[in-house]
Amino acid sequence: MAKNNLAYVRTEIVPESPAPDLSKGIIGWVKNNLFSSISNSIMTIVGAMFLMWVLPPIYGFLFGNAVWPGEGVTVEDCRAKGAGACWAYIDDRMTFFIYGFFPKDAYWVTQEGLIASIMTYWRVNLVFAVGTLLLVPLMWPDLKYKLLNSILFFVVYPVFVFFMLTGGVFGLEEVPTVKWGGLTVTLIIGLVGIVVSLPLGIVLALGRQSKMPIIKTFCIMFIEVWRAVPLITVLFMASVMLPLFMPVGMTIDKLLRALVGVSLFSAAYMAEVVRGGLQALPKGQSEAAASLGLNYWKSMGFIILPQALKHVIPGIVNSFIALFKDTSLVAIVGIFDLLRATQVANLNLDWASSNQAITGYVFAAAIFWAFCFGMSRYSIMMEHRLDTGHKN
Amino acid sequence: MTKQTQTAVKKPTEVEENAGVAIEITGMNKWFGDFHVLRDIDLKVMKGERIVIAGPSGSGKSTLIRCINRLEEHQQGHIIVDGTELTSDIKKIDEVRREVGMVFQHFNLFPHLSILENCTLAPIWVRGVPKAEAEETAMHYLERVKIPEQALKYPGQLSGGQQQRVAIARSLCMNPQIMLFDEPTSALDPEMIKEVLDVMVSLAEDGMTMLVVTHEMGFARQVANQVVFMDQGQIVEQNNPEDFFNNPQHARTQEFLSQILH
Repeated sequence: MAKNNLAYVRTEIVPESPAPDLSKGIIGWVKNNLFSSISNSIMTIVGAMFLMWVLPPIYGFLFGNAVWPGEGVTVEDCRAKGAGACWAYIDDRMTFFIYGFFPKDAYWVTQEGLIASIMTYWRVNLVFAVGTLLLVPLMWPDLKYKLLNSILFFVVYPVFVFFMLTGGVFGLEEVPTVKWGGLTVTLIIGLVGIVVSLPLGIVLALGRQSKMPIIKTFCIMFIEVWRAVPLITVLFMASVMLPLFMPVGMTIDKLLRALVGVSLFSAAYMAEVVRGGLQALPKGQSEAAASLGLNYWKSMGFIILPQALKHVIPGIVNSFIALFKDTSLVAIVGIFDLLRATQVANLNLDWASSNQAITGYVFAAAIFWAFCFGMSRYSIMMEHRLDTGHKN
Repeated sequence: MTKQTQTAVKKPTEVEENAGVAIEITGMNKWFGDFHVLRDIDLKVMKGERIVIAGPSGSGKSTLIRCINRLEEHQQGHIIVDGTELTSDIKKIDEVRREVGMVFQHFNLFPHLSILENCTLAPIWVRGVPKAEAEETAMHYLERVKIPEQALKYPGQLSGGQQQRVAIARSLCMNPQIMLFDEPTSALDPEMIKEVLDVMVSLAEDGMTMLVVTHEMGFARQVANQVVFMDQGQIVEQNNPEDFFNNPQHARTQEFLSQILH
């Protein structure tokens, strides 16, 4: 072959070779992420010094000097100088944080042991257990019988919860909702809000895009009114103003009013999130569906919504998380949620110590964080699962 | 000039064996807002005919075939597809759409469904075909477009040419009487155009009624019974491919052909 001939024919394929070592492994990661430039190196050092300054005291408060529950641990240990978080107090009041003022079972409360302590609140615990048993398989993508599971969870379970907690039938003691409290109420409001707001939001989003003027106007008005009003205002109006418009003697349960308020409020936000997903879809998708003869509902159900909702999973979960945290606002209208239970427990003189309130709030924050973080991770998992490698 | 167009419409084409009218468009006008996009369209398509619609961009070719399955609404005139007139009656529209397949420039496969699901969704949910039977039909047509091995993949994993062949198979699964092609090869890499055209040629050989908007003049010469040339929203010339390409009458057609056939 002539060396300076422009014509060139490759005779062999260049074999694949591994990437250079410097870009791999721990050293490569540290170099790329922490010390990639002078300014980054300075920030890394300053950041490390900041962490060394704040982490030890935080660790000391939460773990090192904390007072853990155990034999002979009393409030005096929490009052001692230099004592950290008073976890013994949380342990002692745990049932209050979870169940509020829900009445204890008359028989089991007199018994000793773990089973007895579970059975003391068996009605609420049964609700928790059944809910978990239904929710876990529902969220587990590979399991079958999703339709049956959904019916059980979305239709049968709420009825079960209602009768189980309210009582008054099957020989169960009647428990008015004002006695419900703590984490139970937070979970009820959060779950009802989530379960109601997503489908309602989808309907509102579709309605807003409708060609029918009455439906469209109604949906726009609904969304804009609810979005323009603070949730606290909604709750105050529901608890203070609504009874004024009711006929004399007629009342609607306070918790129910809050549930409706929270659900409708989040539905308005959800509608806008879903609308964003609908608008992101290329027009070709609905045209292709139409050209195959799929009518509006089938096209929405099989083609448009599955894709639109997938695109906005981060936004939907964002709304869910915001909703779950906003449930703490119902404390203002006198509903006894987890935060209110914490506040009340913090006033308890049996455990009065300088760190009592801080410990209580840290505990409540940790519970909220655990639930929200769980939702966040679940949504990321679903995003990866539903990704079919096609950004349309 | 309009007179000439009129006569062109009536020009006899190859006589089909049991010819009936597949599509009849008379005096059709359409506006986008104030823009008069289709003007006075008259077009008659017999069963088994292959019509290629050509013309410069913006001439209304795509809009015309999109009117035939009512993806676009016409404001004046009549469109009768397989004996059913298109009006705002949604039932009638769905009836027509079941019988008319469409292939788009950008494929428009459903990215969240596998290739097989793309092909079985409409037969199952529109025609009520049992799932097993729908899958069998789908595999038959996927074999016909020569990609049965991709059935369980997702559209995003396929090349453009493969996606367009799936789109054709998806339409065929509904067993349509008429197929509309809206620039089916315009979004493809040059290497992939042929594989799609081959499928379309074999469809034509089987006697499918086809309306094809395309810039592939070789395809038009090979399979079309008639070539319709459009400009500024009007049908300017219509003729059999031989006369259309060798002896164009209208000045605009001559100019167009001289631009694209170097």
